[in-house]
Amino acid sequence: MRAPGPAQRRRRRTGERLFFLLCLASVLVPLAMLATLIGDVVLDGAGRLSWEFLRGTPSRRASAAGIWPALIGSLTLIGLTALLAVPVGVAAAVYLEEYGRRSRMAGIIEVNIANLAGVPSIIYGLLGLEVFVRLFGMGSTVVAGACTLALLVLPVVIMASREALRTAPDALREGAVALGATRWQAIRQVVLPLALPGILTGAILAVARALGETAPLIVVGAVVFITFTPDLGSQYTALPIQIFNWVSMPQKAFLDNAAAAIVVLLVVLLLLSSTAIFLRNKYQARL
Amino acid sequence: MTPRALIRLRARNGRGRAATPLRERLIEIGLLACGALSVLVTAGILLVLAFETFSFFGRVSLAEFFGDTRWTPLFADKHVGIWPLVAGTLLTSAIAIAVALPFGLLAAIYLSELASPRARRILKPTLELLAGVPTIVYGTFALVFVTPLLQRVVPDLAGFNALSPGIVMGFMIMPMISSLAEDALYAVPGSLREASYALGSSKLPTIFRVVLPSATSGIAAAVTLAISRAIGETMVVTIAAGQQPNLTLDPRVPIETMTAYIVSISKGDTPTGTLEYQTIFAVGSMLFLMTFAMNAISHRMARRLRHGAGQA
Repeated sequence: MRAPGPAQRRRRRTGERLFFLLCLASVLVPLAMLATLIGDVVLDGAGRLSWEFLRGTPSRRASAAGIWPALIGSLTLIGLTALLAVPVGVAAAVYLEEYGRRSRMAGIIEVNIANLAGVPSIIYGLLGLEVFVRLFGMGSTVVAGACTLALLVLPVVIMASREALRTAPDALREGAVALGATRWQAIRQVVLPLALPGILTGAILAVARALGETAPLIVVGAVVFITFTPDLGSQYTALPIQIFNWVSMPQKAFLDNAAAAIVVLLVVLLLLSSTAIFLRNKYQARL
Repeated sequence: MTPRALIRLRARNGRGRAATPLRERLIEIGLLACGALSVLVTAGILLVLAFETFSFFGRVSLAEFFGDTRWTPLFADKHVGIWPLVAGTLLTSAIAIAVALPFGLLAAIYLSELASPRARRILKPTLELLAGVPTIVYGTFALVFVTPLLQRVVPDLAGFNALSPGIVMGFMIMPMISSLAEDALYAVPGSLREASYALGSSKLPTIFRVVLPSATSGIAAAVTLAISRAIGETMVVTIAAGQQPNLTLDPRVPIETMTAYIVSISKGDTPTGTLEYQTIFAVGSMLFLMTFAMNAISHRMARRLRHGAGQA
């Protein structure tokens, strides 16, 4: 091969630089789009954000409408979802990581979880509709919604918890067992505390996912026009459902309401993620 | 022997399982039950879809479902041909992939091959933020911001169309491609790059002739998974694509996807046992089969990547 001449080398370098710029742009353009999205939503919604909007109930008049039932509904939903999904998810992860290694059952469960993670969320809605709402007779209640969302986020909790359990070094398990601990004692008192920050982060990620889910909730029958604060046995609504309803309205004023509700939703998401980061750092510092 | 195997051996030494106290066994069984719940969930999904779809095909023939080109289950003149919904789904997914693939792949090349460690540390999690925004937010953005913007450029673009939600969905799934493709690029052994440099090739030819070809199966796995995600995506298309089942591949007119149809029926209170109620499960089965096929292909390709690493 002949060594390239100076002109050729310069041309090649320009080509390279152009390609590098293109690659960088591919990272920056999506980020710019995200910034535009947030800017647009804040601009549209800022005028509607107020204490009255937070504490208000839905109304036929856009300017009088608020999101209180939706906000309470969403917070109840994610609370219940976490309550259901986190213990079960962590237990499943402990089984897969600490007990079931290389067993046939664990292999089946593992493939199964990977498959579940790829099932579209609306399919979980169909499952919840048939099983929780109809078969178990829960009706269109918060509990049925939370059960559905819990199944939806279960793979997220399991995968994050397994990741966290894997960070605990084997030497500590051996040490605990050498000191006379049983397997469960070693897990309960040594491994789990070590994995806690990772598990918490995973739990919060799962809750964040549940907070933004819309489609399965529509299928299991969350309704829109709720003027009271929902309880566990009543009909309910949630922030994404309220946003969807307002976006579907033809009047511009309702679109501004939707934007304002999106700002609230994003703020709650941001709070959740910062809590996750804060907790992780706190526990990591202690170790 | 691994330490864990030693621990297991110790727990079961000599006398087998009798060495573990009852409490320990009960705990293990409880944990296993939690793990097995996920198998129950899969079984539940399959049973529910199969049961309702079966009753649906008791009323509607397979020939009509796959032969008719109109989807009007709510009209007096009922037609239940799935193709308009499938076409809508494929159209929006194709647009999304057309956006997500170039952006995702180039971003992956940037993060894996070009960026400084510091830039990578900052940009990678920032890019993941895109995937964390709820889909309802993207849907709203597509309808109230992107569509009006596109209408200035694309003549006769309807207020509801496949183009705008497709593009927005592309940006939504782009981090998925970039992140998985980056993993694949990152897994290409450094020795291959060094060998390429040693043979006198510069960075660009190394990326295109050595790194990318070695990571092909990983990248393909990422794209297939992204397609599956696009097919199953619901709110963006429900909000911004209109809800009209047109059998068309024209991205400028309103369409309806399979997911959007399920939502539009679920919004009302449809009594169990009616044809409308069963249609959402029949459409759901179709959706499940399509995403499942994509996931399986992706899984297989990812496995080939793992086994093939080092032999490339």
